Amino acid sequence: MSVDVVLRHRFPGFVLDASFSLPRLGVTAVFGASGAGKTTIINAIAGTFRPREGRIVINERVVMDSARGIFVPAWRRRAGYVFQDARLFPHMSVRDNLLFGWRRAPIRADERDIAHVVALLGLERLLMRKPRALSGGEKGRVALGRALLSSPEILLLDEPFAALDAQRRAEVLPYLENLRDEARLPMLYVSHSLEEVARLADDVVVLRDGRVAAEGSVFEILTGLELPALAGSPPLGAVISAAISAHRDDGLTALAFDGGTLFVPRLKQPVGCRLRLRIRAEEIMLALDEPRMISANNVLAARVVGLSTDGDTHANVLLACGKTRFTARITRASSARLELVPGKPVFAVVKSVTVDTPRWVPSA
Amino acid sequence: MDAILTPAESEALLLSLRVSSVAVFGALPFAFAAALLLARTRFYGKTLVDGLIHLPLVLPPVAVGFLLLMAFGTRHGPGGWLFQAFGIRLVFSWTGAALASAIITFPFQVRAIRLSLEAIDTGLSAAAQTLGAPWWDRLLNVSLPLALPGIAAGVVTAFAASLGEFGAIITFVSNIPGETRTLPLAIYTALQAPGGEAEAARLSLMSIMLALVFMTLAEILQRRARERA
Repeated sequence: MSVDVVLRHRFPGFVLDASFSLPRLGVTAVFGASGAGKTTIINAIAGTFRPREGRIVINERVVMDSARGIFVPAWRRRAGYVFQDARLFPHMSVRDNLLFGWRRAPIRADERDIAHVVALLGLERLLMRKPRALSGGEKGRVALGRALLSSPEILLLDEPFAALDAQRRAEVLPYLENLRDEARLPMLYVSHSLEEVARLADDVVVLRDGRVAAEGSVFEILTGLELPALAGSPPLGAVISAAISAHRDDGLTALAFDGGTLFVPRLKQPVGCRLRLRIRAEEIMLALDEPRMISANNVLAARVVGLSTDGDTHANVLLACGKTRFTARITRASSARLELVPGKPVFAVVKSVTVDTPRWVPSA
Repeated sequence: MDAILTPAESEALLLSLRVSSVAVFGALPFAFAAALLLARTRFYGKTLVDGLIHLPLVLPPVAVGFLLLMAFGTRHGPGGWLFQAFGIRLVFSWTGAALASAIITFPFQVRAIRLSLEAIDTGLSAAAQTLGAPWWDRLLNVSLPLALPGIAAGVVTAFAASLGEFGAIITFVSNIPGETRTLPLAIYTALQAPGGEAEAARLSLMSIMLALVFMTLAEILQRRARERA
């Protein structure tokens, strides 16, 4: 199960020259500022855009190779595409929209899969409606279901929720998380929202001016100090994979990660459940002495491994805690006062931790 | 109907409806193809093709009739071939009247269908493509149903316009009672005879009523097409 992409195309005033591969199942986020070429790459993989030069292989099937003159038309590529603007067929009911791709798939999904996808995306009560009677979030979910039911070999998501407000987005994201955990599909997720990428992605490809500036796991890329230079956005802080180690009597849940333990208000999930944690760089304070009487629940012993300035007033400090890395965003004045240099031991006071709890927990 | 119209008058009315129906529905597939060509493709000489399709709108109908007479006369040209090979004769027959009407009203149909095709979000076609639909599938199941209100509006407008066609018909297929004498030709004939004003008035009233019905229908369909887009 792999996807390889090599593309070269010259637009007026812009050159796309990108190559990357998705080595495994799961979500790869294509991240970058607008105009970096994200959608163009997705379109090339789907076959709705034909680049001048390139080679695209999806699961050992060459769908494009300019050197050999191969170009498989979009309708035979089996690339499920969820567009930014949903693009539901306005003259068909939700049900007929969902079945449009299913009816045309060369290998039709089992009829039971239809019920399953409908349940997974919460579409039971929408089936007989017309798209114009749906809310933005509902449209997004139907578009997702429609792409899934076409039995795709890869799922392409082009900022599927960019048009939604924060509340609607929060309503739809859990469905995508379900999908990530359950569908055995490589997914390519275009986004310029760091939060979404941190929450959903396993791997990240950072695009800049039509080129791949960095690629790697979400834990490496989003925590590193290079992100401001690569994508023009501040580092996230940390994306950490953790597991629930205990539910304590004092109302806190202990989460073990590679390098220590974090405490958060009691979670519903059972001990052993794996979760993803996010800590924003602004939510970390640094101290040289261990603060004892402090309201924050989490004080981690860490070591400075990197420093970079962020504008005139701020500095980003990369910290290591065991094998896990964090970034703290502090003022340059504080950095000077604490005399921070690589190698120096510090205490990181974590003010708050965001826990991404999937609604549906994989049984495995 | 006989209480209001004389047999000759109702004959003209029914002939008009028959000629217009055949003209409009016969031209529809070609109009759809032409609209599709103009709405969806880019090619060298498109402006010229666009101009040619719209030519009947500005050309004197008599000139169109004359050109048809030249082309479809039974002695020579394509008309001669049709007549000799298949025994088909368009001149002086109602089918010729339908052909003349079809050509004159062709731009009305193309225009309405083209507008409705252009109003369809091209993204829908791309979406259908990624869902496994080849071009003919997308045409049949996405573009056609979405263009339906526009197609209906084009048909109705063309039908209404076709009922009024005079110049091209009288030039091409003459004014034969029961064969090519449609409503406008009957009005003209009535005016040629002394004391025919009453008959001309009745037939004109008939034309006005028909035109009103069809134009209202076209307006309703067009509004619906806009709402749907």
